[in-house]
Amino acid sequence: MTITPVAMGQPLDRLDGPDKVQGLARYAFEHQVDRPAYLYPVQATIANGRIRSIVAAPASAEPGVLTVLTHDNAPRLAVQGGETGVLQCDRIAFRGQLVGAVVAETSEVARYAAGLVRLTYDELPHDVELTADRAGLRTPAQVIPLFPMDTEQGDVEGTLAAAAVMVDRTYRTAMYHHNPMEPHTTVATWTDDGLTLYVSTQSVYAVKRTAMQLFDLPPDRVRVISRYVGGAFGAKVYQRAEIVLAIMAARAVPGRPVRFALTRQQMFSQVGYRTPTIQRVQLGADAGGRLVTLAHGSIEQTSTIEEFAEHATRMTPVMYAAPNRRTTQRVAALDVPTPTIMRAPGECSGMFALESAMDELAIACNLDPVELRIRNDPPTHPVTGQPFSSRNLVACLREGARRFGWPGRDATPRARRRAGWLLGTGMAASTYPTFRLPGSVARISAGPDGRYAVQVAAADLGTGTWTALTQIAADALEVSCADIELGIGDTAYPMASEAGASTGIMCWGTAIVEAARKLRKTLDGQHGGTVPPEGLTVEAAMPDNEYAKQYAMHTFGAQFVEVRVNEETGEVRVPRMVGVFAVGRVMNSKTGLSQLLGGMTMGLSMALFENSVVDARFGHVVNHDFAQYHIASNADVGSVDVHWIDEHDPYVTPMGAKGMGEIGIVGTAAAIANAVYHATGVRVRELPITLDKLLSPE
Amino acid sequence: MDVEITLRVDGTEHTLVVDTRTTLLDALRERLGNTSPKKGCDHGQCGACTVLLDGWRAVSCLALAVAHDGATVITAAGLTTNGELHPLQRSFVIFDAFQCGYCTPGQIVSAVGRLDEVSAGWPSAVTAPGAVDVVLDDDEIRERMSGNLCRCAAYAKIVPAIREVARG
Repeated sequence: MTITPVAMGQPLDRLDGPDKVQGLARYAFEHQVDRPAYLYPVQATIANGRIRSIVAAPASAEPGVLTVLTHDNAPRLAVQGGETGVLQCDRIAFRGQLVGAVVAETSEVARYAAGLVRLTYDELPHDVELTADRAGLRTPAQVIPLFPMDTEQGDVEGTLAAAAVMVDRTYRTAMYHHNPMEPHTTVATWTDDGLTLYVSTQSVYAVKRTAMQLFDLPPDRVRVISRYVGGAFGAKVYQRAEIVLAIMAARAVPGRPVRFALTRQQMFSQVGYRTPTIQRVQLGADAGGRLVTLAHGSIEQTSTIEEFAEHATRMTPVMYAAPNRRTTQRVAALDVPTPTIMRAPGECSGMFALESAMDELAIACNLDPVELRIRNDPPTHPVTGQPFSSRNLVACLREGARRFGWPGRDATPRARRRAGWLLGTGMAASTYPTFRLPGSVARISAGPDGRYAVQVAAADLGTGTWTALTQIAADALEVSCADIELGIGDTAYPMASEAGASTGIMCWGTAIVEAARKLRKTLDGQHGGTVPPEGLTVEAAMPDNEYAKQYAMHTFGAQFVEVRVNEETGEVRVPRMVGVFAVGRVMNSKTGLSQLLGGMTMGLSMALFENSVVDARFGHVVNHDFAQYHIASNADVGSVDVHWIDEHDPYVTPMGAKGMGEIGIVGTAAAIANAVYHATGVRVRELPITLDKLLSPE
Repeated sequence: MDVEITLRVDGTEHTLVVDTRTTLLDALRERLGNTSPKKGCDHGQCGACTVLLDGWRAVSCLALAVAHDGATVITAAGLTTNGELHPLQRSFVIFDAFQCGYCTPGQIVSAVGRLDEVSAGWPSAVTAPGAVDVVLDDDEIRERMSGNLCRCAAYAKIVPAIREVARG
């Protein structure tokens, strides 16, 4: 059952906007606490081996130092191993690993004293380079049960060899770091009453669970607060060593709040990244471009201490149907930090390869790339045979083409010049699954004054949660937004699933709608429809979605870009981008547009600039700051025109929302690579598209 | 070594003791509790810590507090008048020229400083050589705002938000 949109969909200004434009919204580090102490970490300077000795005395002796933590004196954690298993033993699994911490009266003293801690090592050879032909590639363990790592149907080799048109190419994506503007920060206070954490996180309950498990604490002794998050993009979903270190430090100086902010440089080894990938795409088609064979394999990396694998091929069989199909995932465990979720993990990397290959197929078939995609749009899910709850890829393609002015495009490469610049246009499709994460509960307290306190421990990463959930609550309760007092980002509120997989608004919103129903039912059944003088509070969990087993649920989109490439220097500029998406009902048309626009722009950044360069001699990312790891700046971005089609999907959520935080970045890099080919005649299959690849192509 | 300095921040004078290693940013955030300027990189590469330092925009993470004894500092928190948002702040809200908000105070201070620089006739890298008056078109705004990174990538909204105010 769906609810009627009144506030939902309106372009309501961000409710946290006035505080944010003044800098008054307090992010984790900024909570004012009494007598804070400051933590600065010590990092390993080898990539593989063991610590032979640690000399901490000079650091401990520095005036203002409160304590120095190493594996010699750190408390034993109840759960060992993995990225959170910090200071538990002498083993070094990657360069930059946290091997110590100095806690001091000021940040300056802590940082200086950390430099006084001396370590010696028994170093072992390290292995940090991902290659396609290396030994030890294995099928990763299942990360998300919905998606099998490998799939196979029909005869891939035979039909590929016999296909009228064939594309068989290898594509590479770089290592990418999320780089939210707010670094990972924690303020931890350990007292007799328990542990209080101000953390920058995508899930306060996940942080709470981790703290409880590692430090063997009961639920009522841990509180986690995270009202504002300065960007995350997946890097703040899972807990890592830095948060554990902050808790250890707080325990070592009980009663003193310990502040810990990673530096920008430290973030390149501490908080995960998007794995580099080596992908092979094989497409076989008839002369009319209809796919007969579709094979997509991806090789990626993980660490030796924990496995994380993204499904770079999982969307391939969702996008296009082919009777003969194969997808494979392989992973190599290297002496590197563990990769993690980064905005559209899998889809983002995978669709660069698939949508580049589709462009190559269109050229091979002498077919317009929009038409090629329309011809291969499946009526039902190609693997499960389920109908789609809504699938409007074709509508996005047509609307995007119209808005961009695509029809009539001359496909000839390197045929348009203006004032020393080669001009080109390109396009690609986008998709992202519509997930549900379990566990969200909403609490609504109705007051006799007509106001409603709505609480769920959700997160606002800049995603507009404060505003969109207020709009949903208003419509669920059939009142105005002004009557809603929303509470999020605090474990004092009921459990919420994490802000990840583009599910936040859907899951938290569905729980709020359910709580509103329960409130109305309770009021009508027990209180004659009127709020009693003492008020009334109800809680309800997000119910199961009966349609989830019947329908395949995905969002879709189409992106069109115009590029110009300098004939002399190879410099690539992207003056214009158009994106059209089918994402169900958009809860707030102002903040929702920002999400799609931000995703597309991050995709531009991925296509042209971003590349974490590992020095194989030492095993670390050398360009570990904003001067060297360039993210798109204002002057790198031109016109970004974002639209969505009017999509009504009654099966996904009671609000009709499908999630829109990630799809914007999916396909952008391929659209740009395809446009660069159109401009120059050079096909770049390895991101980023830097000028060297255009001036001296393979 | 600790040194006593005086800073006038958002209209209020403060006398404080700082380590000679303390940056102006840390003096504001950790000593005075003014967390309006943000720490995004601590290396002058992201612009999140931008303040008006004696009238001109500066990245406060690259300034040592001890070197600015007696300085006047304006942060985004000090741009309001009698509780009313500065026109640029209002415009950022209306255009939704941010998402997470972490770079936003720096963006806004930078935009305020930039308008003053244009009024003073300062050219940028995209200003036509020899131009007498700077025409504040979108390319000028993009160029002059490129010292302020936004990972949520609200650039395509930051430009019209500033253009709207610059046009007056």
